[in-house]
Amino acid sequence: MLTKRIIPCLDVKEGRVVKGIQFVSLRDAGDPVELAAFYDREGADELVFLDISASHEGRQTMVEVVKSVAASLAIPFTVGGGINSLEDMKRILRAGADKVSLNTAAVLRPELINEGAGYFGSQCIVVAIDAKYDESIGTWRVYTHGGRKSTEQDVITWAREAVDRGAGEILLTSMDNDGEKSGFNLQLTKAVSEAVTVPVIASGGAGNAGHFEDAFKEGKADAALAASIFHYKETSVKEVKSFLKQQGVVVR
Amino acid sequence: MIGIIDYGMGNLFSVSQALERLGTEWFISDDPAELGNAKGLILPGVGSFKDAMTLLDRQELSGFIKDYASSGKPLLGICLGMQLLFEESEENGLSNGLALLPGKVVRFPGTDKNGESYKVPHMGWNFLKFTNESDLVTDFQEDYVYFVHSYYLKTDDKSVVIASADYHGEVPAIVGRGSVYGMQFHPEKSSSMGMSLLKNYLELVEGKGVR
Repeated sequence: MLTKRIIPCLDVKEGRVVKGIQFVSLRDAGDPVELAAFYDREGADELVFLDISASHEGRQTMVEVVKSVAASLAIPFTVGGGINSLEDMKRILRAGADKVSLNTAAVLRPELINEGAGYFGSQCIVVAIDAKYDESIGTWRVYTHGGRKSTEQDVITWAREAVDRGAGEILLTSMDNDGEKSGFNLQLTKAVSEAVTVPVIASGGAGNAGHFEDAFKEGKADAALAASIFHYKETSVKEVKSFLKQQGVVVR
Repeated sequence: MIGIIDYGMGNLFSVSQALERLGTEWFISDDPAELGNAKGLILPGVGSFKDAMTLLDRQELSGFIKDYASSGKPLLGICLGMQLLFEESEENGLSNGLALLPGKVVRFPGTDKNGESYKVPHMGWNFLKFTNESDLVTDFQEDYVYFVHSYYLKTDDKSVVIASADYHGEVPAIVGRGSVYGMQFHPEKSSSMGMSLLKNYLELVEGKGVR
Protein backbone atom coordinates (compact mmCIF):
# COMPACT_ATOMS: atom_id res chain seq x y z
CA MET A 1 0.00 0.00 0.00
CA LEU A 2 1.16 3.48 -0.83
CA THR A 3 2.27 5.40 2.24
CA LYS A 4 1.44 8.94 3.27
CA ARG A 5 4.49 11.14 2.88
CA ILE A 6 6.04 13.53 5.40
CA ILE A 7 7.99 16.33 3.76
CA PRO A 8 10.21 18.85 5.58
CA CYS A 9 10.62 22.12 3.72
CA LEU A 10 13.85 24.12 3.76
CA ASP A 11 14.19 27.78 2.79
CA VAL A 12 17.42 28.44 0.93
CA LYS A 13 18.89 31.87 0.38
CA GLU A 14 22.09 32.40 -1.59
CA GLY A 15 22.92 28.74 -1.15
CA ARG A 16 22.33 28.56 2.62
CA VAL A 17 19.40 27.27 4.61
CA VAL A 18 17.85 30.17 6.51
CA LYS A 19 15.01 30.84 8.95
CA GLY A 20 16.25 29.74 12.32
CA ILE A 21 17.08 26.11 12.38
CA GLN A 22 18.00 24.58 15.71
CA PHE A 23 20.21 21.64 15.14
CA VAL A 24 22.89 21.51 17.74
CA SER A 25 23.99 18.13 16.48
CA LEU A 26 25.07 19.53 13.14
CA ARG A 27 28.38 21.11 12.38
CA ASP A 28 26.70 23.75 10.29
CA ALA A 29 22.95 24.27 10.55
CA GLY A 30 22.98 26.37 7.41
CA ASP A 31 24.37 23.72 5.12
CA PRO A 32 21.60 22.35 2.86
CA VAL A 33 23.41 19.07 2.23
CA GLU A 34 23.96 18.39 5.92
CA LEU A 35 20.34 19.18 6.74
CA ALA A 36 19.07 17.09 3.87
CA ALA A 37 21.12 14.14 5.12
CA PHE A 38 19.79 14.71 8.64
CA TYR A 39 16.17 14.56 7.46
CA ASP A 40 16.91 11.50 5.34
CA ARG A 41 18.20 9.71 8.46
CA GLU A 42 15.09 10.86 10.34
CA GLY A 43 12.89 9.12 7.80
CA ALA A 44 11.68 12.08 5.72
CA ASP A 45 10.03 10.74 2.56
CA GLU A 46 10.93 13.68 0.41
CA LEU A 47 12.32 17.18 0.78
CA VAL A 48 11.33 20.54 -0.63
CA PHE A 49 13.91 23.28 -1.10
CA LEU A 50 12.44 26.71 -1.54
CA ASP A 51 14.88 29.13 -3.13
CA ILE A 52 14.23 32.57 -1.65
CA SER A 53 17.32 34.19 -3.15
CA ALA A 54 16.62 37.65 -4.45
CA SER A 55 19.56 37.84 -6.83
CA HIS A 56 20.58 36.12 -10.03
CA GLU A 57 23.80 34.97 -8.33
CA GLY A 58 21.73 33.39 -5.57
CA ARG A 59 19.79 31.41 -8.16
CA GLN A 60 23.00 30.23 -9.78
CA THR A 61 24.20 29.08 -6.37
CA MET A 62 20.98 27.06 -6.00
CA VAL A 63 22.02 24.93 -8.97
CA GLU A 64 25.22 24.04 -7.10
CA VAL A 65 23.19 23.21 -3.99
CA VAL A 66 20.95 20.93 -6.05
CA LYS A 67 23.99 19.14 -7.46
CA SER A 68 25.51 18.52 -4.04
CA VAL A 69 22.22 17.33 -2.57
CA ALA A 70 21.60 14.99 -5.52
CA ALA A 71 25.13 13.64 -5.20
CA SER A 72 24.79 12.71 -1.56
CA LEU A 73 21.12 11.90 -1.04
CA ALA A 74 19.01 8.93 -2.12
CA ILE A 75 15.54 10.36 -1.50
CA PRO A 76 13.53 12.52 -3.90
CA PHE A 77 13.51 16.28 -3.63
CA THR A 78 11.66 19.20 -5.16
CA VAL A 79 12.99 22.68 -5.82
CA GLY A 80 10.71 25.72 -5.93
CA GLY A 81 11.09 29.47 -5.94
CA GLY A 82 11.94 31.70 -8.86
CA ILE A 83 11.34 29.12 -11.57
CA ASN A 84 9.95 31.17 -14.43
CA SER A 85 10.83 29.39 -17.65
CA LEU A 86 11.51 26.05 -19.26
CA GLU A 87 15.20 26.99 -19.12
CA ASP A 88 14.98 27.42 -15.34
CA MET A 89 13.35 23.98 -15.06
CA LYS A 90 16.06 22.41 -17.21
CA ARG A 91 18.84 23.87 -15.07
CA ILE A 92 17.34 22.59 -11.84
CA LEU A 93 16.23 19.16 -13.08
CA ARG A 94 19.47 18.48 -14.92
CA ALA A 95 21.36 19.36 -11.75
CA GLY A 96 19.58 16.41 -10.14
CA ALA A 97 16.31 17.63 -8.61
CA ASP A 98 13.42 15.22 -9.11
CA LYS A 99 10.70 17.82 -9.39
CA VAL A 100 10.30 21.55 -9.78
CA SER A 101 7.57 23.51 -8.12
CA LEU A 102 5.92 26.34 -10.07
CA ASN A 103 3.88 29.03 -8.39
CA THR A 104 3.55 32.66 -9.53
CA ALA A 105 5.04 32.00 -12.96
CA ALA A 106 2.41 29.34 -13.66
CA VAL A 107 -0.44 31.66 -12.65
CA LEU A 108 0.92 34.43 -14.87
CA ARG A 109 1.57 32.10 -17.79
CA PRO A 110 -0.22 28.75 -17.39
CA GLU A 111 1.34 27.40 -20.63
CA LEU A 112 4.53 27.01 -18.60
CA ILE A 113 2.95 23.93 -16.99
CA ASN A 114 2.28 22.38 -20.41
CA GLU A 115 5.83 23.14 -21.53
CA GLY A 116 7.40 21.59 -18.45
CA ALA A 117 5.16 18.52 -18.47
CA GLY A 118 5.66 18.07 -22.20
CA TYR A 119 9.40 18.18 -21.88
CA PHE A 120 10.02 16.34 -18.62
CA GLY A 121 6.77 14.53 -17.96
CA SER A 122 4.07 15.38 -15.42
CA GLN A 123 5.87 13.58 -12.61
CA CYS A 124 8.47 16.37 -12.55
CA ILE A 125 6.01 19.25 -12.37
CA VAL A 126 4.52 20.35 -9.06
CA VAL A 127 2.18 23.32 -9.04
CA ALA A 128 2.27 25.21 -5.74
CA ILE A 129 -0.87 27.12 -4.83
CA ASP A 130 -1.06 29.73 -2.07
CA ALA A 131 -4.69 29.85 -0.95
CA LYS A 132 -6.56 32.31 1.22
CA TYR A 133 -10.22 32.23 2.14
CA ASP A 134 -12.31 35.08 0.78
CA GLU A 135 -15.58 35.52 2.65
CA SER A 136 -17.08 37.69 -0.07
CA ILE A 137 -17.06 34.81 -2.54
CA GLY A 138 -17.27 32.02 0.03
CA THR A 139 -14.28 30.15 -1.30
CA TRP A 140 -10.49 30.29 -1.54
CA ARG A 141 -8.58 32.64 -3.79
CA VAL A 142 -5.17 32.07 -5.36
CA TYR A 143 -2.40 34.41 -4.20
CA THR A 144 0.90 34.98 -5.95
CA HIS A 145 4.27 36.62 -5.30
CA GLY A 146 4.82 34.81 -2.03
CA GLY A 147 1.30 35.59 -0.86
CA ARG A 148 1.57 39.31 -1.45
CA LYS A 149 -0.76 39.60 -4.44
CA SER A 150 -4.33 38.49 -4.68
CA THR A 151 -5.68 37.16 -7.97
CA GLU A 152 -9.19 36.67 -9.34
CA GLN A 153 -8.57 32.92 -9.56
CA ASP A 154 -10.54 30.47 -7.48
CA VAL A 155 -8.29 27.78 -5.97
CA ILE A 156 -10.35 24.75 -7.02
CA THR A 157 -10.68 25.98 -10.60
CA TRP A 158 -6.98 26.75 -10.81
CA ALA A 159 -5.98 23.40 -9.32
CA ARG A 160 -8.11 21.61 -11.92
CA GLU A 161 -6.65 23.68 -14.74
CA ALA A 162 -3.09 23.06 -13.52
CA VAL A 163 -3.71 19.30 -13.56
CA ASP A 164 -5.34 19.45 -17.01
CA ARG A 165 -2.23 21.25 -18.22
CA GLY A 166 0.03 18.53 -16.87
CA ALA A 167 0.80 19.18 -13.20
CA GLY A 168 1.70 15.87 -11.56
CA GLU A 169 1.15 17.06 -8.03
CA ILE A 170 -0.34 20.03 -6.15
CA LEU A 171 1.46 21.65 -3.22
CA LEU A 172 -1.34 23.44 -1.41
CA THR A 173 -0.54 26.06 1.21
CA SER A 174 -3.23 27.63 3.35
CA MET A 175 -2.18 31.21 4.02
CA ASP A 176 -4.85 31.43 6.70
CA ASN A 177 -3.29 28.58 8.67
CA ASP A 178 0.37 29.11 7.84
CA GLY A 179 2.42 29.88 10.95
CA GLU A 180 -0.56 29.41 13.29
CA LYS A 181 0.40 25.86 14.33
CA SER A 182 -3.29 25.13 14.79
CA GLY A 183 -3.41 22.41 12.15
CA PHE A 184 -3.70 22.16 8.40
CA ASN A 185 -6.70 23.66 6.65
CA LEU A 186 -8.74 20.49 6.35
CA GLN A 187 -11.67 21.88 4.36
CA LEU A 188 -9.36 23.42 1.79
CA THR A 189 -7.17 20.34 1.54
CA LYS A 190 -10.13 18.00 1.18
CA ALA A 191 -11.81 20.21 -1.40
CA VAL A 192 -8.71 20.32 -3.60
CA SER A 193 -7.77 16.68 -3.08
CA GLU A 194 -11.24 15.57 -4.15
CA ALA A 195 -11.25 17.95 -7.11
CA VAL A 196 -8.08 16.67 -8.77
CA THR A 197 -6.76 13.30 -9.88
CA VAL A 198 -3.14 13.85 -8.79
CA PRO A 199 -1.58 13.75 -5.30
CA VAL A 200 -2.03 16.79 -3.04
CA ILE A 201 0.53 17.93 -0.47
CA ALA A 202 -1.04 19.78 2.48
CA SER A 203 0.99 22.70 3.77
CA GLY A 204 0.62 25.43 6.36
CA GLY A 205 -0.35 25.11 9.99
CA ALA A 206 1.32 21.95 11.27
CA GLY A 207 1.80 22.23 15.04
CA ASN A 208 1.85 18.64 16.26
CA ALA A 209 1.68 15.01 15.13
CA GLY A 210 -2.10 14.91 15.42
CA HIS A 211 -2.39 17.60 12.78
CA PHE A 212 -0.75 15.26 10.28
CA GLU A 213 -3.25 12.53 11.11
CA ASP A 214 -6.09 15.01 10.47
CA ALA A 215 -4.55 16.12 7.17
CA PHE A 216 -4.46 12.53 5.93
CA LYS A 217 -7.71 11.21 7.38
CA GLU A 218 -10.01 14.24 7.13
CA GLY A 219 -8.13 16.38 4.64
CA LYS A 220 -7.54 13.44 2.25
CA ALA A 221 -4.01 14.69 1.67
CA ASP A 222 -1.47 12.37 0.06
CA ALA A 223 1.47 14.08 1.72
CA ALA A 224 2.00 16.79 4.32
CA LEU A 225 4.69 19.41 4.48
CA ALA A 226 6.04 21.32 7.45
CA ALA A 227 8.98 23.57 8.19
CA SER A 228 9.33 25.17 11.59
CA ILE A 229 8.06 22.37 13.83
CA PHE A 230 10.79 20.13 12.43
CA HIS A 231 13.48 22.79 12.29
CA TYR A 232 12.83 23.93 15.86
CA LYS A 233 12.60 20.33 17.01
CA GLU A 234 9.13 20.78 18.43
CA THR A 235 8.63 17.32 17.07
CA SER A 236 10.54 15.14 14.66
CA VAL A 237 9.73 13.25 11.50
CA LYS A 238 10.33 10.06 13.46
CA GLU A 239 7.89 11.03 16.22
CA VAL A 240 5.24 12.07 13.75
CA LYS A 241 5.59 8.80 11.89
CA SER A 242 5.44 6.59 14.95
CA PHE A 243 2.32 8.48 16.10
CA LEU A 244 0.73 8.05 12.67
CA LYS A 245 1.47 4.33 12.70
CA GLN A 246 -0.35 3.98 16.03
CA GLN A 247 -3.31 5.80 14.53
CA GLY A 248 -3.47 3.42 11.62
CA VAL A 249 -2.07 5.76 8.98
CA VAL A 250 0.27 3.88 6.64
CA VAL A 251 3.72 5.46 6.67
CA ARG A 252 7.15 4.19 5.81
CA MET B 1 32.63 -0.84 -15.79
CA ILE B 2 28.89 -0.02 -15.95
CA GLY B 3 27.54 1.79 -19.00
CA ILE B 4 24.60 4.16 -18.53
CA ILE B 5 22.68 4.51 -21.77
CA ASP B 6 22.13 8.15 -22.68
CA TYR B 7 19.38 8.58 -25.23
CA GLY B 8 18.28 11.97 -23.99
CA MET B 9 15.58 11.02 -21.48
CA GLY B 10 17.17 9.82 -18.29
CA ASN B 11 17.74 11.14 -14.82
CA LEU B 12 21.38 10.31 -15.55
CA PHE B 13 22.87 12.43 -12.83
CA SER B 14 21.09 10.74 -9.93
CA VAL B 15 21.79 7.26 -11.29
CA SER B 16 25.45 8.00 -11.91
CA GLN B 17 25.84 9.57 -8.46
CA ALA B 18 24.30 6.51 -6.85
CA LEU B 19 26.87 4.32 -8.64
CA GLU B 20 29.58 6.74 -7.58
CA ARG B 21 28.58 6.37 -3.92
CA LEU B 22 28.71 2.60 -4.33
CA GLY B 23 32.27 2.91 -5.55
CA THR B 24 31.61 1.53 -9.02
CA GLU B 25 33.25 2.68 -12.20
CA TRP B 26 30.68 3.99 -14.65
CA PHE B 27 30.37 5.97 -17.84
CA ILE B 28 27.54 7.64 -19.70
CA SER B 29 27.33 7.14 -23.45
CA ASP B 30 25.03 7.16 -26.46
CA ASP B 31 27.52 5.25 -28.59
CA PRO B 32 26.76 1.54 -29.13
CA ALA B 33 30.44 0.76 -29.80
CA GLU B 34 31.45 2.25 -26.47
CA LEU B 35 28.48 0.81 -24.54
CA GLY B 36 29.27 -2.63 -25.97
CA ASN B 37 32.45 -2.72 -23.88
CA ALA B 38 30.55 -2.35 -20.60
CA LYS B 39 30.27 -5.37 -18.33
CA GLY B 40 26.70 -4.38 -17.61
CA LEU B 41 24.27 -1.67 -18.70
CA ILE B 42 21.69 0.54 -17.06
CA LEU B 43 18.80 1.92 -19.11
CA PRO B 44 17.31 4.82 -17.16
CA GLY B 45 14.36 6.86 -18.30
CA VAL B 46 11.87 9.53 -17.40
CA GLY B 47 9.23 10.73 -19.84
CA SER B 48 7.01 9.11 -22.42
CA PHE B 49 7.46 5.61 -23.85
CA LYS B 50 6.86 6.63 -27.44
CA ASP B 51 9.43 9.46 -27.37
CA ALA B 52 11.94 7.13 -25.74
CA MET B 53 11.54 4.44 -28.40
CA THR B 54 11.83 7.03 -31.17
CA LEU B 55 15.09 8.27 -29.69
CA LEU B 56 16.45 4.75 -29.13
CA ASP B 57 15.62 3.81 -32.73
CA ARG B 58 17.06 7.01 -34.16
CA GLN B 59 20.34 6.56 -32.32
CA GLU B 60 20.50 2.90 -33.36
CA LEU B 61 20.40 1.92 -29.72
CA SER B 62 17.35 -0.39 -29.93
CA GLY B 63 19.11 -3.03 -32.01
CA PHE B 64 22.25 -2.66 -29.95
CA ILE B 65 20.41 -3.18 -26.63
CA LYS B 66 18.68 -6.30 -27.97
CA ASP B 67 21.98 -7.77 -29.19
CA TYR B 68 23.70 -6.86 -25.93
CA ALA B 69 20.97 -8.54 -23.88
CA SER B 70 20.90 -11.67 -26.03
CA SER B 71 24.66 -12.01 -25.57
CA GLY B 72 23.86 -12.68 -21.90
CA LYS B 73 25.45 -9.55 -20.45
CA PRO B 74 23.36 -7.92 -17.68
CA LEU B 75 20.96 -5.08 -18.41
CA LEU B 76 18.90 -3.16 -15.86
CA GLY B 77 16.04 -0.88 -16.91
CA ILE B 78 14.86 1.71 -14.38
CA CYS B 79 11.34 3.24 -14.36
CA LEU B 80 10.55 4.04 -18.01
CA GLY B 81 13.70 2.07 -18.80
CA MET B 82 12.02 -1.01 -17.31
CA GLN B 83 8.85 -0.47 -19.33
CA LEU B 84 10.89 -0.23 -22.54
CA LEU B 85 12.06 -3.84 -22.01
CA PHE B 86 8.53 -5.10 -22.72
CA GLU B 87 6.58 -5.70 -25.92
CA GLU B 88 4.46 -2.59 -26.16
CA SER B 89 2.95 0.40 -24.39
CA GLU B 90 -0.32 2.24 -24.85
CA GLU B 91 1.19 5.58 -23.79
CA ASN B 92 0.38 8.23 -26.45
CA GLY B 93 -0.96 5.55 -28.78
CA LEU B 94 0.33 2.02 -29.07
CA SER B 95 4.06 1.66 -29.70
CA ASN B 96 6.44 -1.26 -29.74
CA GLY B 97 9.08 -1.72 -27.08
CA LEU B 98 12.32 -3.69 -27.06
CA ALA B 99 10.37 -6.93 -26.47
CA LEU B 100 13.07 -8.52 -24.33
CA LEU B 101 10.40 -9.54 -21.81
CA PRO B 102 6.74 -10.53 -22.28
CA GLY B 103 4.02 -8.06 -21.36
CA LYS B 104 2.49 -4.72 -22.18
CA VAL B 105 2.46 -1.36 -20.45
CA VAL B 106 -0.91 0.21 -19.70
CA ARG B 107 -2.20 3.26 -17.84
CA PHE B 108 -3.54 3.03 -14.30
CA PRO B 109 -7.30 3.25 -14.87
CA GLY B 110 -7.72 5.64 -11.92
CA THR B 111 -10.83 3.74 -10.80
CA ASP B 112 -10.71 0.51 -8.81
CA LYS B 113 -12.96 -2.51 -9.18
CA ASN B 114 -15.48 -1.05 -6.72
CA GLY B 115 -15.79 2.09 -8.80
CA GLU B 116 -13.75 4.17 -6.34
CA SER B 117 -11.41 6.65 -7.99
CA TYR B 118 -7.77 6.90 -6.95
CA LYS B 119 -4.79 9.15 -7.69
CA VAL B 120 -2.62 8.77 -10.77
CA PRO B 121 0.44 8.96 -10.89
CA HIS B 122 1.30 6.27 -8.37
CA MET B 123 3.66 8.57 -6.49
CA GLY B 124 5.50 7.87 -3.29
CA TRP B 125 6.83 5.05 -1.12
CA ASN B 126 5.26 1.65 -1.51
CA PHE B 127 6.06 -1.75 -0.07
CA LEU B 128 7.86 -4.35 -2.16
CA LYS B 129 6.66 -7.93 -1.91
CA PHE B 130 8.85 -10.60 -3.38
CA THR B 131 6.88 -12.95 -5.61
CA ASN B 132 9.59 -15.00 -7.33
CA GLU B 133 13.12 -15.94 -6.50
CA SER B 134 15.90 -14.09 -8.23
CA ASP B 135 19.59 -13.60 -7.67
CA LEU B 136 18.77 -9.88 -7.68
CA VAL B 137 16.89 -10.07 -4.37
CA THR B 138 18.48 -13.02 -2.60
CA ASP B 139 18.59 -12.47 1.19
CA PHE B 140 16.67 -9.21 0.98
CA GLN B 141 14.19 -7.99 3.57
CA GLU B 142 11.01 -6.60 2.04
CA ASP B 143 10.93 -2.81 2.38
CA TYR B 144 9.61 0.45 0.93
CA VAL B 145 10.84 1.97 -2.32
CA TYR B 146 9.98 5.18 -4.17
CA PHE B 147 7.67 5.05 -7.20
CA VAL B 148 6.56 7.72 -9.67
CA HIS B 149 4.65 6.45 -12.68
CA SER B 150 1.28 6.61 -14.44
CA TYR B 151 1.70 3.46 -16.55
CA TYR B 152 2.39 -0.02 -15.29
CA LEU B 153 3.20 -3.48 -16.57
CA LYS B 154 0.55 -6.08 -17.31
CA THR B 155 1.84 -9.53 -18.05
CA ASP B 156 0.34 -12.99 -18.26
CA ASP B 157 3.74 -14.50 -17.63
CA LYS B 158 4.04 -14.13 -13.85
CA SER B 159 7.45 -15.79 -13.87
CA VAL B 160 9.08 -12.51 -14.94
CA VAL B 161 7.74 -10.66 -11.88
CA ILE B 162 10.29 -10.83 -9.04
CA ALA B 163 8.61 -8.30 -6.76
CA SER B 164 5.43 -6.28 -6.82
CA ALA B 165 3.69 -3.51 -4.93
CA ASP B 166 0.02 -3.01 -4.21
CA TYR B 167 -1.62 0.09 -5.64
CA HIS B 168 -5.29 -0.66 -6.24
CA GLY B 169 -4.10 -3.94 -7.69
CA GLU B 170 -0.81 -5.65 -8.24
CA VAL B 171 1.92 -3.47 -9.73
CA PRO B 172 5.02 -5.33 -10.96
CA ALA B 173 8.00 -3.57 -9.37
CA ILE B 174 11.03 -5.76 -10.07
CA VAL B 175 11.09 -7.91 -13.18
CA GLY B 176 13.70 -10.15 -14.70
CA ARG B 177 14.54 -13.12 -16.84
CA GLY B 178 18.01 -14.37 -17.64
CA SER B 179 20.28 -11.36 -17.43
CA VAL B 180 17.60 -8.78 -18.21
CA TYR B 181 16.23 -6.93 -15.17
CA GLY B 182 13.94 -4.00 -14.56
CA MET B 183 12.78 -1.85 -11.65
CA GLN B 184 9.63 0.24 -11.96
CA PHE B 185 10.56 2.35 -8.92
CA HIS B 186 13.65 4.53 -8.59
CA PRO B 187 16.35 2.60 -6.67
CA GLU B 188 18.57 5.69 -6.83
CA LYS B 189 15.87 7.55 -4.85
CA SER B 190 14.82 4.74 -2.52
CA SER B 191 17.15 5.39 0.38
CA SER B 192 19.06 2.40 1.78
CA MET B 193 16.79 -0.26 0.22
CA GLY B 194 17.32 1.22 -3.24
CA MET B 195 21.06 1.47 -2.76
CA SER B 196 21.21 -2.17 -1.62
CA LEU B 197 19.31 -3.29 -4.71
CA LEU B 198 21.63 -1.33 -6.98
CA LYS B 199 24.62 -2.76 -5.15
CA ASN B 200 23.30 -6.24 -5.68
CA TYR B 201 22.90 -5.60 -9.40
CA LEU B 202 26.48 -4.36 -9.57
CA GLU B 203 27.71 -7.48 -7.78
CA LEU B 204 25.74 -9.58 -10.16
CA VAL B 205 27.41 -7.77 -13.05
CA GLU B 206 30.78 -8.52 -11.48
CA GLY B 207 29.75 -12.14 -11.20
CA LYS B 208 29.87 -12.21 -7.39
CA GLY B 209 26.17 -12.41 -6.74
CA VAL B 210 25.33 -15.01 -9.37
CA ARG B 211 24.35 -18.38 -8.00
